[in-house]
Amino acid sequence: MSVETISQTPNSFRNQPDERGHFGQFGGRYVAETLMPLILELEREYIAAKADPAFKAEFDDLLEHYVGRPSPLYFAPRLTEELGGAQVWFKRDELNHTGAHKINNCIGQILLAMRMGKTRIIAETGAGQHGVATATVCARFGLPCVIFMGATDVARQAPNVFRMKLLGAEVVPVTAGAGTLKDAMNEALRDWVANVHNTFYIIGTAAGPHPYPEMVRDFQSVIGKEARAQMLERTGRLPDVLVAAIGGGSNAIGLFHPFLDDASVKMLGVEAAGHGLDKEHAASLAGGRPGILHGNKTYLLQDEDGQIIEGHSISAGLDYPGIGPEHSWLKEIGRVDYTSVTDKEALDAFQLLCRTEGIIPALEPAHAIAAVQKLAPTMGKDQIILANLCGRGDKDIFSVAEHLGVSL
Amino acid sequence: MSRLAAAFAKGRPALVTFVTGGDPTPDATAAVLDALVEGGADVIELGMPFTDPMADGPAIQLANLRSLGAGTTTAAIFRIATEFRARHPQVPLVLMGYANPMTIRGGDWFAAECVKAGVDGVICVDIPPEEDPELGPALRGAGVSLIRLATPTTDAARLPAVLDGSSGFLYYVSVAGITGMQQAAQTSIDEAVARIKASATIPVAVGFGVRTPEQAAAIAKVADGVVVGSALVDLVAKHGANAAGPVKELTAALAAAVHSARKEIA
Repeated sequence: MSVETISQTPNSFRNQPDERGHFGQFGGRYVAETLMPLILELEREYIAAKADPAFKAEFDDLLEHYVGRPSPLYFAPRLTEELGGAQVWFKRDELNHTGAHKINNCIGQILLAMRMGKTRIIAETGAGQHGVATATVCARFGLPCVIFMGATDVARQAPNVFRMKLLGAEVVPVTAGAGTLKDAMNEALRDWVANVHNTFYIIGTAAGPHPYPEMVRDFQSVIGKEARAQMLERTGRLPDVLVAAIGGGSNAIGLFHPFLDDASVKMLGVEAAGHGLDKEHAASLAGGRPGILHGNKTYLLQDEDGQIIEGHSISAGLDYPGIGPEHSWLKEIGRVDYTSVTDKEALDAFQLLCRTEGIIPALEPAHAIAAVQKLAPTMGKDQIILANLCGRGDKDIFSVAEHLGVSL
Repeated sequence: MSRLAAAFAKGRPALVTFVTGGDPTPDATAAVLDALVEGGADVIELGMPFTDPMADGPAIQLANLRSLGAGTTTAAIFRIATEFRARHPQVPLVLMGYANPMTIRGGDWFAAECVKAGVDGVICVDIPPEEDPELGPALRGAGVSLIRLATPTTDAARLPAVLDGSSGFLYYVSVAGITGMQQAAQTSIDEAVARIKASATIPVAVGFGVRTPEQAAAIAKVADGVVVGSALVDLVAKHGANAAGPVKELTAALAAAVHSARKEIA
């Protein structure tokens, strides 16, 4: 660590963002004027909700009895043996109701929406996991729900589209652009601008205008808070390394944030390298640079004129040309390391976990597992890696079969 | 008097027209801009294309895609602006677009390019007053007007922040929504313009959803300017490289309606 880095190290890594929603130079509120008053109102309401014991009690109750938390902390013996190095542990957020971590955030946001008196919910979705989680909480609380989903994703995620419809949501296919997650987010923002008076936008990742990155992080931090307590209880110590996949980065920030001030704990965020960093990929930190999109300043895949470049990943949930602003900040100050793994490496890791542990992971955490596969053999057997198993793979079996040349 | 100030000091309401730069091609834009001027537009807004125009409706979204598909770069936009300024020394030209293409090389770079190209003002859709440091100081330092948007959700408490640091004119977005969709009720526009004009020292132009000379005339009775965009962009979409004629025709009809709106009252 250089002298310069030390001098810039803050007293705590957990007190971001500042009052204007900035994480260092990242974050902020880059939205159209129509949305600004609502964003400010949301911030006020969120601050009030955080201080309200009744809000927290309802959130905790729903997480326990509806989502099924706490999720288990699981030691993976056969994977550990196969990799021949550090002990591999998983935070089992794939066991949540709806099969991924996304529901944690949706519970928090819909409670806030109702607190604000909003009567209509919109959301964007890529792979469909956030759409399903949003449709789920809307059904649970009886609010109408409109999900914007890129037309390309609608075609390749048919089971999740059906799930959302079963849950009573209207799914709007977005044909603009490449018809993927970023286009769905554009369309959701357009809807929101036109319906600000009654509509709450449940953003699915720790990105967008302030206070979303902070709010989503706080709701997802239940992952890291539980994992930290569970690890201490089970092993009497903290893990040596945390590993999590990153699209927008909500499962990763949810795991990392409660550990940020534990100096002994290293952290590794894993971006999607797609076909390779020199080809089509979705690794915003590795292959992008800072810019402004969807309400925040963060690392983006873009050309020299600031035009946004489509991301590519085998995982529809990682297929986004940006990343949450707190990750951009954590990268820049060096608290978290970031790496990337390719589609092929993720596909191999997907099968490895199926074979060794009897767990079919989603393609998103398969990226984290691929990074664990590289990291564990370089570490001692007394060391601990904790990876976030943020979603289960049921939704992915069709695309995995296709990639493996199997017709179902 | 600046070109923008002069455009609003002609003793009648001003017609402000928008087209997307580089649509359908960078080379075809000059003829469309000339048609706007010949038709009688008082202020020209030149849209900078962006891959993710999240405040725009289908018409301008497609125009952005056509423009980018034809290879329009930021350099091409400034070339179009520079050539426009050479042909039309007196007509105010405003760039309108999104934050990322405007700030990616830094606010100072962008402001300096605006000065070189003879651009009078800049409208950035997604930089609210809260993020003013991104572009505002650079533009003001370079003498380029930062034209902000006010909307139906901009309440009295917030309006001073929107006006602070704005110049040229204030762009009142008449509907909470995206470009080119429904028009607001005339009574709500009348009330909003009256409210804003009570605090604004700069002219107030009203846009979003204004498509016909009749609508434009009704707004011109109360506002200092009327902005028309999507209806013109639709003509470029329909006629492509041959759009100049139809664009001039619609502009002339709009200009006649706007410029004479208050005479009808008298």
